[in-house]
Amino acid sequence: MFVRRNPQLNRNDELIHLLSIEGLPASILTHILDTAGTFLSVNERDVKKVPLLRGKSVFNLFFENSTRTRTTFEIAAKRLSADVINLDIARSSTAKGESLLDTIANLSAMHADMFVVRHSESGAPYLIAQHCAPHVHVVNAGDGRHSHPTQGLLDMYTIRHYKKDFRNLVVAIVGDIVHSRVARSDIHALTTLGAPEIRAVGPKTLVPGDLKEMGVRVCHDMAEGITGADVIIMLRLQNERMSGGMLPSAGEYFKTFGLSPEKLALAKPDAIVMHPGPINRGVEIDSAVVDGAQSVILPQVTFGIAVRMAVMSIIAGNSA
Amino acid sequence: MSERILISNARLVDPASGRDEAGAIGIDGERIAIVAAGVNDPRLRDFDATRTIDGRGAVLIPGLVDLAARLGEPGHEHAGLLESELAAAVAGGVTSLVCPPDTDPVLDEPGLVEMLKFRARNLNLARLYPLGALTRGLAGEALTEMAELSEAGCIGFGQADVAIRDTLVLHRALQYAATFGYSVWLRPNDAWLGNGVAAKGPLATRLGLSGVPVLAETIALATIFELVRDTGASVHLSRLSSAAGVDLVRRAKAEGLPVTCDVSIHQLHLIDVDIGYFDASMRLVPPLRQQRDRDAIRAGLADGTIDALVSDHTPIAEDAKHLPFAEADPGATGLELLLGAALKWGASAKLDLVRTLAAVTSRPATLLAARSPRAIESAAGLREGALADLCLFDPEEAWTVGPETLRSRSHHTPFARHEMPGRVRCTLVAGAVAYRAAG
Repeated sequence: MFVRRNPQLNRNDELIHLLSIEGLPASILTHILDTAGTFLSVNERDVKKVPLLRGKSVFNLFFENSTRTRTTFEIAAKRLSADVINLDIARSSTAKGESLLDTIANLSAMHADMFVVRHSESGAPYLIAQHCAPHVHVVNAGDGRHSHPTQGLLDMYTIRHYKKDFRNLVVAIVGDIVHSRVARSDIHALTTLGAPEIRAVGPKTLVPGDLKEMGVRVCHDMAEGITGADVIIMLRLQNERMSGGMLPSAGEYFKTFGLSPEKLALAKPDAIVMHPGPINRGVEIDSAVVDGAQSVILPQVTFGIAVRMAVMSIIAGNSA
Repeated sequence: MSERILISNARLVDPASGRDEAGAIGIDGERIAIVAAGVNDPRLRDFDATRTIDGRGAVLIPGLVDLAARLGEPGHEHAGLLESELAAAVAGGVTSLVCPPDTDPVLDEPGLVEMLKFRARNLNLARLYPLGALTRGLAGEALTEMAELSEAGCIGFGQADVAIRDTLVLHRALQYAATFGYSVWLRPNDAWLGNGVAAKGPLATRLGLSGVPVLAETIALATIFELVRDTGASVHLSRLSSAAGVDLVRRAKAEGLPVTCDVSIHQLHLIDVDIGYFDASMRLVPPLRQQRDRDAIRAGLADGTIDALVSDHTPIAEDAKHLPFAEADPGATGLELLLGAALKWGASAKLDLVRTLAAVTSRPATLLAARSPRAIESAAGLREGALADLCLFDPEEAWTVGPETLRSRSHHTPFARHEMPGRVRCTLVAGAVAYRAAG
């Protein structure tokens, strides 16, 4: 068989697209986190802009709606002085029957420099990266169940900010892991950065045993899953899981795998609680935990801007 | 006056009889008149050929029989035309092929089957043996007029890739088919569990692709075997994908159930890891499984548990693979790769040519003949009096798979850019040269 190069890297192993955390060395991840640290101060200034992407056009291509993620990318690009064009493709060209690659060809002809892509199908950003002009960079803003690398990176930034070092941490990821691109990105990032114990916690319908293949410890019991954890990452539960026969009800889910203050007490006293948002209060997490002292959910959002600025500035500086 | 063709100086390999020796074949009209070992058969001197094909360095075998090849027509002409795909068949040495009923419209009307057969016959390329739909529109609800369809030329009945959800309907379909001795062709796949786009396993988990568990195959097989026990229907199982599936078939055969099965060239050579970074050419039905499944499939084909190797040829329109993996059309071109895929497998399994080529000639031909009296002529092999459906190929010459080497209108295949052994020099159907390689 052919040896396939990782399409995210150029011949010098520099990052030219961010498609997935999988396959990236720790040095690249750490470089992104370090760079994000320098942007954090920019975001606290009165004039929140640096000229790194001046004159560049960043196209937000959201084939699947997500106002929140799109907004964070837009803010990040604007703070780098890029021109940002938002295309809500879910409602425009593809609805008129234009193929994905035709859309990409057309936008490339408008001299785009970067595509930020959200798509409901796993792998769609790879297809775009393969078919766009060589000078165009692609950032995956979430594809199907596969990957959400900037979320994974901002989660790593948050963990590093509060815990300093990954090498002694017990991290519990709780919820709908099988359908979660966030969980996949977090697992790859944590494994790469050296976290010794990653637990995947949830019922067997959402956390099947073969997740072990990703290097995690599978726990079907909430108490076992979060006992002694340093970091708890709660995932959003989609309503489809009930209609799809994977769970009986939101109420039963909260009772068995929701994070309440009582269950949180099983984790280390200084454990932090994270959530990629948007939150379903009372479904996967109790309001008291969301608003409690151990919650770092809002700092995650703040760090997210800096991390996305770091990703965009780094890939824009590397050429194919 | 009909042609008298002499193919001389070839290595004659006939998996049906086990023959593997140097010799020549004389063809008179549609049939083989002389099968001569060596060069000294006196009948060769008197044969008076109108045309001689030099078989030096080449192997002469019965034409390949492919039990699963879609041809694009009717309904998918943008992907493949009857003419282009049957030309691809003979370019690949395939002289007989079975096509599934999932055309558009579905092959559930005798008129449609007659038209398809008529058009294929007029092209004078490979012989076409259509399967009729088991249920109307493949909807899994009402039975088709099997007797009528059989008269129109259907050699069996199947559902292509559309599983019947209602077990009661499947039971009745097998009862009805068994009444008349029609064979039923089913791909074992549970309608509910079998909906993913990749095989369940580490790769699908990592890439976030919906996975089809092995259970989808084994549960379907268990159901089919129970129904075969009850009805006595003869069932051909299309395109197994798993080690557990091969094992269940082995046990069913040992029990004496009237079942046969095949596997495609994709499952024989590839595994899920080959999907790499969402390579849509690897989007196939059934999905590619793991190394241990491929190992079991290779062993099963060698020990005869699996009766035949098929191309699973499916013409795909040029842009239908330029999509995210799950949205890409499943399938690949394969008719021209069947011989090479068989030779590649045989070489790695250290099988001789007779045993290797049995998987694409005598075994599928016998299977077809046993179940479908119409196809009996294609099963005779290199025998005097048999129809001259032949393939002459150069075993030493390798070629690279690509748009410039394929006759099929469709060029999507996981084997693109692979080197394939065995170049077809010449294919004859009923004594007429249907394909001859340039140069």
